[in-house]
Amino acid sequence: MNGILKKDLLMFGACLVIYAVVQGLIETDIIGPFWVLNIILICINIILVTSLNLINGFTGQFSIGHAGFMAVGAYIAAVCTVKLQLPFIVAILAGAAAAGTLGFLIGLPTLRLSGDYLAIATLGLGEIIRITILNIPYVGGASGLMGIPRYTSFTWAFFATVITVFFIKNLINSTHGRACISIRENEIAAEAMGVDTTRYKVLAFTIGAAFAGVAGALFSHYFYIAHPASFTFMKSFDILTMVVLGGLGSLTGSITASILLTFVSAALASYPEWRMVIYSLLLIILMLYRPQGLFGNKELSLKMFGRLKGGGKNGSANSN
Amino acid sequence: MDFASFGSQLVQQLVNGVSLGSIYALIALGYTMVYGIIRLINFAHGDIYMLGAYVGFYATTMGKLPFFPALIIAMVVAAIVGVVIERLAYRPLRNHPKIAVLITAIGVSLLLEYGGMLLVSPQPRTFPPVFGNEIYNVAGIIVNFQQIVILAISVALMIILTYVVNHTKVGKAMRAVSFDTDAAKLMGINVDRIISFTFAIGSGLAAAAGVLVGIYYNSIDPLMGIMPGLKAFVAAVLGGIGIIPGAMLGGVLLGVVESLVSGFISSTFRDAAAFGILIIILLFKPSGLLGKNVREKV
Repeated sequence: MNGILKKDLLMFGACLVIYAVVQGLIETDIIGPFWVLNIILICINIILVTSLNLINGFTGQFSIGHAGFMAVGAYIAAVCTVKLQLPFIVAILAGAAAAGTLGFLIGLPTLRLSGDYLAIATLGLGEIIRITILNIPYVGGASGLMGIPRYTSFTWAFFATVITVFFIKNLINSTHGRACISIRENEIAAEAMGVDTTRYKVLAFTIGAAFAGVAGALFSHYFYIAHPASFTFMKSFDILTMVVLGGLGSLTGSITASILLTFVSAALASYPEWRMVIYSLLLIILMLYRPQGLFGNKELSLKMFGRLKGGGKNGSANSN
Repeated sequence: MDFASFGSQLVQQLVNGVSLGSIYALIALGYTMVYGIIRLINFAHGDIYMLGAYVGFYATTMGKLPFFPALIIAMVVAAIVGVVIERLAYRPLRNHPKIAVLITAIGVSLLLEYGGMLLVSPQPRTFPPVFGNEIYNVAGIIVNFQQIVILAISVALMIILTYVVNHTKVGKAMRAVSFDTDAAKLMGINVDRIISFTFAIGSGLAAAAGVLVGIYYNSIDPLMGIMPGLKAFVAAVLGGIGIIPGAMLGGVLLGVVESLVSGFISSTFRDAAAFGILIIILLFKPSGLLGKNVREKV
């Protein structure tokens, strides 16, 4: 127990160092606005991808409607700051709560489905959420909700990401997380062992949705606008590509893939068609030659590097 | 709105709905046949429909071909592309987890959409008028000639398909593979060839739908396949996925519901209606209107 806590503190310290370095570089203008934008996008993507990985990778429930929950978080948070003049932290929490609640309400009935039926149902629900928002004049309808203050800074984005990743990592290593993984491995066997499969599926779905809400809140408060067109199922496919590239069931894989693909899309910003062509080829080639993604369900850890050098004997990597 | 005008608008929406629905039915047939035979939701199916529309467009504009040869060329090209996609992307994954194949299908779909954008530019193209634009006014109900053509061709294709599936040797083999792949293999059926054949038929029907839509709406673009593709899937699930008459019924029903929603409520809710139907049907009768309940075995 103490070992885990020590490791967590060590990781947290490392995060603080990273934060200090990057923040310092931003303060001194060594990192220009274009790269700040991309760093914040990386943070938002990491939140989205790890939370989707909790649903798709760890619990094995294939959801492709993540952009819908992101939209809910983005809009609720924007309503809190623009219309109700609430502070940003309240707005983020409200966005997360709204997305989580919706995830719970949607998850309860739809998670009875499995496999590709669930995929299509979540895709449909994501679209229904978007179309519903499109038809609410209070939040701007089709032209989007404008005039959102830019509260999201690197600090907010970074610490939201750290909290998300730590939360999901600790969840997975807890009893509840193990129950989720057992559902992925074999649902019927898990049920026979006394795991309340419905409860854990809905739990994972709700938590995943809530974090998507956080990402949405950060997103809308960085770009001044919440627009329905930002949350189509193309956005869901973007997130899905990152999850699959990193490996279904690998948090470090998710982080690596988010960083990698955000840079790829930044580099291809002026050729949007090429970006999607590359994404699609990536998906196909990955599935054909490495269906487990970059990292499979393993985690990247210092231990692994030790093994590469021929140091550690048991290379079973279990945490970042 | 008084009763008479309500009635005539209702009938008008029904007419529009049936012609739209027959398009959905044509696309849904491909989904349902492929799903019936290899249990795969072929996400790329909607993009085959887009491809068909483009082939039809180039055949009529550059090739200066009349309607029927253009339609047949579009169907043949799409059938070949469908078979190639199956061979390259889906066949190597046949014994992999379903999710891997599903992700590949999403990948193929995105590749066709954005690869298509690179090839033919994202601008919408205007489909040349192939038929005259006669409008018939039958007791206040407006029916145009294109709607009649769409309905006639769809019905003809469905009759041919039903005949092929029920009364030919290939059709029998298709039904056998869909019923039990392993047993069919043991009986000497070349399963790979039957699967290719299924993809060819499904893609051909989708291409026909694409050409018909191009003529009906006059406008085609590389992303036109996404929504109809998803909705045709909804139609297939509605009728009972894997069941051929179910796809026809589901398609027409979905078309009618959509027309009614856009006629009487709001056209912005049209897409939501289709997905709403999907959720409802999945929750209450996942086997579809014409499907039988199957118990999942351990």
